[in-house]
Amino acid sequence: MKLSGAEILVQSLVREGVEVIFGYPGGAVLEIYDKILDSPIRHYLVRHEQGAAHAADGYARTTGRPGVCLATSGPGATNLVTGIATAYMDSVPLIAITGQVATSLLGTDAFQEADITGITLPITKHNYLVKKVEDLPRVIKEAFHIATTGRPGPVLVDLPKDVTVAQTTFQYPDRVDLPSYRPTLTGHPRQIERAAAEILAASKPLLYVGGGAISGCASAALAKLVELVPMPVTATLMGLGAFPGTDPKFLGMLGMHGTVAANYATLEADLVIAVGARFDDRVTGYLPSFAPKAKIIHIDIDPAEIGKNVPVDIPIVGDAGLVLADIVKVLAASSAEARAQKAAEREDWLTRVLRWKADYPLKYGQPESPTGLAPQFVVEELYRQTNGEAIITTEVGQNQMWTAQFYRFDRPRSLASSGGLGTMGYGLPAAIGAQIGNPGRTVINVSGDGSFLMNVQELATAVQYGIPIKVAILNNQFLGMVRQWQELFYNHRYSQSCLRSNPDNVKIAEAFGAVGLRATNAQETKEVIAEALAITDRPVVMDFMVDREANVLPIVPPNASLDKMIGGGTQ
Amino acid sequence: MSRHVISVLVNNKPGVLTRIAGLFARRGFNIDSLAVGETQDPAVSLMTIVVTANSATLEQINKQLNKLIDVIKIVDITDVPSVLRELMLVKVSATPANRSEISQIVNIFRAKIVDVAPTALTIEITGDESKLTAFLQMLIPYGIIELARTGTIALVRSNAK
Ligand SMILES: Cc1ncc(C[n+]2csc(CCOP(=O)(O)OP(=O)(O)O)c2C)c(N)n1
Repeated sequence: MKLSGAEILVQSLVREGVEVIFGYPGGAVLEIYDKILDSPIRHYLVRHEQGAAHAADGYARTTGRPGVCLATSGPGATNLVTGIATAYMDSVPLIAITGQVATSLLGTDAFQEADITGITLPITKHNYLVKKVEDLPRVIKEAFHIATTGRPGPVLVDLPKDVTVAQTTFQYPDRVDLPSYRPTLTGHPRQIERAAAEILAASKPLLYVGGGAISGCASAALAKLVELVPMPVTATLMGLGAFPGTDPKFLGMLGMHGTVAANYATLEADLVIAVGARFDDRVTGYLPSFAPKAKIIHIDIDPAEIGKNVPVDIPIVGDAGLVLADIVKVLAASSAEARAQKAAEREDWLTRVLRWKADYPLKYGQPESPTGLAPQFVVEELYRQTNGEAIITTEVGQNQMWTAQFYRFDRPRSLASSGGLGTMGYGLPAAIGAQIGNPGRTVINVSGDGSFLMNVQELATAVQYGIPIKVAILNNQFLGMVRQWQELFYNHRYSQSCLRSNPDNVKIAEAFGAVGLRATNAQETKEVIAEALAITDRPVVMDFMVDREANVLPIVPPNASLDKMIGGGTQ
Repeated sequence: MSRHVISVLVNNKPGVLTRIAGLFARRGFNIDSLAVGETQDPAVSLMTIVVTANSATLEQINKQLNKLIDVIKIVDITDVPSVLRELMLVKVSATPANRSEISQIVNIFRAKIVDVAPTALTIEITGDESKLTAFLQMLIPYGIIELARTGTIALVRSNAK
């Protein structure tokens, strides 16, 4: 029996185990939408295609399964672009399916034609323009394979309308044939041995954990490593949750808004073990002075990350979880003497680092002061009332950094935040995707009053499907992070960062059919959060009127060395 | 910084050249020349890319190219005994008075005159880059009217493998 391209697409998605699609219809994808009606796949209608991409991304980050979004040709496809770039920068497995004008019209500037494979070339792991319906099953199979293996990333499949109509016999391939794509998963045994030896020879080791530890499911191996060879652990924004945030050895995030303990530890360490992290400039500060005394072991599944920013002593290409597990095996098999060799030094080191942690904790003033409600207190209160078990998505700016600092993530895949691209407007649709992927969990989008408006239309999506996400706006009536930089680095000249004519966010929520709540002090904060957490059938927007000029501290000025922290309490 | 000749086997598919050129452009790698053509296997093309880069950049070029799904194999043949060739067509001003002088130079370089006009000669020459450059130097005094070069293509010598 022959099937149309649209039917083949839908069946192929089902074969790939896709249960959920986020999308928005239009002329070029009407065939596909018609076939979706008869399929077991649940389609969520977003209100802007950017929302579809971010929702699929949030679904992927919090479930570990690829997220799928669908848009029509031209403007539908270009509206996905920010979402695709966001997923690309954070290595998120995303499948973007776009409609395209018919093959006979390609290249003629036809109505709603955009060269989306050309546009997304630098922001996808790979992309396809399918010109023959016979190629479609193979392309879908490859797309999922490429998106989810090796270093994960977005793959876009562009489908001309006539291809969705054309018919052929459907046979789904059971394997991919891509000789030019073979990611390395296990580390080279000699490098594993060398890494284990360096770890045992180190007096001041530091584990530096990135997002690759989450996509590589490295949490168990990390825990074992630290159990065998006790050492302090720090993480990037993307790595939060890979190692328990409440573990005494966890120092918090490092880098620009890192803790004093984490940044001091990188300055003093004699061995840095980077696990699925990429030495981003927000982490390293001024590169030449990053970890100046340390040898570096760099474990990454992407060979191109190794040696890209810093010279590495022991490069290991492979999946973070598998490589670490192998290192742990070697360490566990090592002699007691080998492990005892530097044990005393390491214990001294750990004690010293934990002293920094105790002496220079992340702190803020009172929950409430004459200048207003402390935004950090709001995040802490969210943490307390959810027992640290919520899934949190963030926007970008101060809200993102305060979340990273004050919500302690004990489990991987509990935080979804746009780290690499820093996309305002990510968090609300990502929360919708996260909630759909994790129906039993509390999902909170920590937001800023600026970011909230960037994809606020997705409240309609959440209302339509009764998705009970919670949005917590830290409302400072500023583009807070921009204002903070202007305060610190531009002599208090607040150029275009003041949001004085903000709408009434409570009324906005109500107009959408969501619940709107407001808090202006500490007591109301507690009450509002409790009230919001009790609502399970609708989205809730909490508008926290916070101290307008609170700053994220400490802060390392851009491109300064990590010892140049401001506001860590060390001066 | 030194010059490197990189041989890249790629899937012969639409858009592959764009992927490679785009990668070089967005990561700020400079291409001195790039030549591409089908191999004995019509599904595979060979690209010969000449770049000037330091060793760190060269390593990135290599690794980033490798990440492209359509790249099958990359070999830096700079230090491998290889045959490197480039084709150049050059149109040079020529008068009846100096035509034989030019044709002598052509003979010495084993080039070929492929078109004769009253005021110009068009010459074809193949060779490695230094030969072509040397040849060009000799012709400059006569006045170069037009010039086209293909960029280097290369194959590793059989006994070097
Ligand atoms: C789409 C987008 N545009 C601009 C920026 C630059 N930017 C970074 S933080 C920020 C301010 C964010 O303000 P708000 O959402 O109110 O959050 P706050 O910092 O106050 O918590 C801006 C404009 C960005 N990250 N993303």
